[in-house]
Amino acid sequence: MKTSLTINGTEHQLDADSRTTLLDALRNHLDLTGTKKGCDHGQCGACTLIVNGRRINSCLSLACMHDGDEITTIEGLGQPGNLSDLQDAFVKHDGFQCGYCTPGQICSATAMLQEVKDGWPSHVSADLTGDVDLTNAEISERMSGNLCRCAAYPNIVDAIRETAEGRK
Amino acid sequence: MSVASPLPHDSAALHVTGTARYIDDLPVPAGTLHLAFGLSEVACGAITSVDLDAVRAAPGVVMVLTADDLPFANDVSPSNHDEPLLAVGRVHYAGQPIFAVVADSHLNARHAARLGQIKIAAETPILTVEDALAANSRFEDGPRIWTKGDVGTALSGAAHRIKGRIDMGGQEHFYLEGQAALALPQEGGDMTVHSSTQHPTEIQHKVAEALGVPMHAVRVEVRRMGGGFGGKESQGNALAVACAVAARATGRPCKMRYDRDDDMIVTGKRHDFRIDYDAGFDEGGRLLGVDFTQYTRCGWAMDLSLPVADRAMLHSDNAYLLDACRITSHRLKTHTQSATAFRGFGGPQGVLGIERVMDHAAHVLGMDPVALRRVNYYAPMNAATDGAGGHVAGGLSAPRPAPPPEDISKTESEADLTSRGAQTVADDRVAVPEAAVNTTPYGMAVTDFILDAMTESLLATSDYHARKAAIADWNAANPLLKRGIGFSPVKFGVSFTLTHLNQAGALVHVYQDGSVHLNHGGTEMGQGLFQKVAQVAAARFGIDVAQVKITATDTGKVPNTSATAASSGADLNGMAVANACDIIRARIAEHLADAHQTAVADVQFAQGRVRVGGKDMSFAEAAMLAYQARVSLSATGFYKTPDLAWDRVKGQGRPFFYFAQGAAVTEVVIDTLTGENRILRCDILHDAGDSLNPALDLGQIEGGYVQGAGWLTTEELIWDDKGRLRTHAPSTYKIPACGDRPDVFNVALWDQPNPAATIYRSKAVGEPPFMHGISAFAALGDAVAACGPVWPDLQAPATPEAILAAVKRARG
Repeated sequence: MKTSLTINGTEHQLDADSRTTLLDALRNHLDLTGTKKGCDHGQCGACTLIVNGRRINSCLSLACMHDGDEITTIEGLGQPGNLSDLQDAFVKHDGFQCGYCTPGQICSATAMLQEVKDGWPSHVSADLTGDVDLTNAEISERMSGNLCRCAAYPNIVDAIRETAEGRK
Repeated sequence: MSVASPLPHDSAALHVTGTARYIDDLPVPAGTLHLAFGLSEVACGAITSVDLDAVRAAPGVVMVLTADDLPFANDVSPSNHDEPLLAVGRVHYAGQPIFAVVADSHLNARHAARLGQIKIAAETPILTVEDALAANSRFEDGPRIWTKGDVGTALSGAAHRIKGRIDMGGQEHFYLEGQAALALPQEGGDMTVHSSTQHPTEIQHKVAEALGVPMHAVRVEVRRMGGGFGGKESQGNALAVACAVAARATGRPCKMRYDRDDDMIVTGKRHDFRIDYDAGFDEGGRLLGVDFTQYTRCGWAMDLSLPVADRAMLHSDNAYLLDACRITSHRLKTHTQSATAFRGFGGPQGVLGIERVMDHAAHVLGMDPVALRRVNYYAPMNAATDGAGGHVAGGLSAPRPAPPPEDISKTESEADLTSRGAQTVADDRVAVPEAAVNTTPYGMAVTDFILDAMTESLLATSDYHARKAAIADWNAANPLLKRGIGFSPVKFGVSFTLTHLNQAGALVHVYQDGSVHLNHGGTEMGQGLFQKVAQVAAARFGIDVAQVKITATDTGKVPNTSATAASSGADLNGMAVANACDIIRARIAEHLADAHQTAVADVQFAQGRVRVGGKDMSFAEAAMLAYQARVSLSATGFYKTPDLAWDRVKGQGRPFFYFAQGAAVTEVVIDTLTGENRILRCDILHDAGDSLNPALDLGQIEGGYVQGAGWLTTEELIWDDKGRLRTHAPSTYKIPACGDRPDVFNVALWDQPNPAATIYRSKAVGEPPFMHGISAFAALGDAVAACGPVWPDLQAPATPEAILAAVKRARG
């Protein structure tokens, strides 16, 4: 099945089985291996990427559902020598150990910071309508879909909080 | 000075941009084939028929392999040759590979693997501790028993006798990158293997056996793993061997990675343990005698179970001087996955045994659990030695001045210490002290104990006593939620207990432009080993770490490596690299001293410069001069840990070079209606010696704690009565998420050099912090105990169900 995907600003023509997940399309058909496969069940978050501004688990989404969509993967957020502020903060705070969950963490956090900016409340938000105060508890709650078995969580939270504060 | 700097991980910029490559990210040659295993759905029985016609006929299938198709060794065991790659005649656990499919895509291979028609005459499997004891199903002839003193007399004469049992579950590694291998056939029958493994030499060894070739025909490369935690010490063998055999048979590159569910169903996990204890205390809380009986389910094959069970015995004392004890260890054979290495390697299980005794005794005696523990601590290290003992300046390492350049005039420069084929394992037994003065149950003198001072410092920084009082008040006022506070120390022995594994090699090249190529036997799994060792190399040459190129572990560069395990990576490989660098540095110094008519000792390497006889040049200029003078700028390095001697059958000797130590205080809250719980705060003080890299070490400590707490709280493995693992995905097996870490998390390094002569006096840091998670379990036990007067006997993992059961017991 033919699908047109705009990935990191570049249009790609995909011709793959209609059951191909977006994750497998990226990794196996388009040679974009920055997005990782952890569980292939939508439970670990390693495959998180951004579609039209929203984060999704790409292992739970079929590529053919994204005809015409704007997809941003970790490769599109910044490259060595030209890191985004969030990527830079992950380096500064050691927000990883083995690095396998890191692309998912950063894509997830990138979209999450936009959700906060847009005023989306979370399960732990005291006020459902006002501005979100990005406390550690808010970051933890909003990032709990991205597992890190090395448990670099304290540093991940620090990196995200510092980035959010830097953007104020 | 690069050593002791908190530099980021060597691949930091690659990790945050998704450009760090793992096995599954490597571009593969055209025509690469993919493998999947067909698995047994039965735990125990004889295979009566195998019909693979549908598998062979499935789309994309190129070849199907069974045990009969393997040309040479059908064995992926790291120890006992009892683990065939593909089952022969019988199956021994649900999940055992029976056949392998080789197909043109990963998905086609997996689809086809489901089509096998395997008939098995199922028998009743041996699954539990009771099953195994009843059937006398075990490894070794009987239990291993070590004793010290007269435990019978000590127990019968004790004022307080405490008996109990703790069951502690196993643990799935859940490395985010699953097991993976890629075999690339080479000319003349050679094979190159990329494997996600902690033990490249073993992959090389097993692949060579499976192909019927010498080890020199197989080269194994490992750039990095997406987590290992012990789960890639032996469990990668099957994938690498299967790929190599298929690559040989087809002449095409072959790749295999387990799907997550298969990974959890096929591979071994942490050993679960049951520990029965019978302990006698005096009125003051001194442990007079203790009798431990440890039962562990090793699974169907031996794998690494014997050294794991040994290490559990070796850590039965943890931080406490035991005058009289008996430790009995049953290594039970069951029809389950073959339990394997996992961070701590039996140590955490042994430590939890005695920590449970301490908490139980504190409850019975009505003593503060920390005070009771301190009564039983080993005697502290002599305050005169290295200025330690009374030193309580714990805290994050301040920047230290660079060590002065060493005198290298006496360096032996020419010996190639890696040609060690003829070396024998040292046989000189370390003298065992006769009297039980500060010695472990296995007769090793404890000369570096610093936990008393560390505990003092941690109690102050964590405000333990005031918080304990505040928690008691809070609990008195709150009927439904209960808080608890727990303390646990750790003293962890560092070295492989199989003495000959305590060796490492390195290969260092200096190029004529002054850049350095570094290789050693250790593997990178996220722990930051490569960066630490590069920092060592940079320090030896007095150059910036950016001038050192870190390269993939490669059996063609450094042979006969030990697994990156037992926390020993930096200790062993750092020393081997220092040795290689010193050889090259001495050669450069010798040439320059000769050219400038000065002493070798007057040649200084620092801040990227080389100073000799009043002349000052860049390291690159010095390298170029040496090259032009035809001086070899390449060297191998070698290290073997000194002073080790260990008899595992007798349980006597000095298995460890030194002890890494630390202590943790955790506060939790539980909901007595639902069993739900939260970690509120954790304070850790940990001893990494003179840290090679404080940033990386803090990461290891925080991560180790969270993983240890996960083991004892949310991570629960369930097998059904047919022996099938029912928790084989993150949907049913809960590892800690971001919100599960303590919100208040204070971690500090105890800033004090290792008395043992390790690389820059640092200490190993991979496994020891895992045991800080025990403080979370102790805190949960304390919260449960606040619900009533009865000893609640909380079992591990402390899931909400286990907590509710314990609350009920506490209420009586």
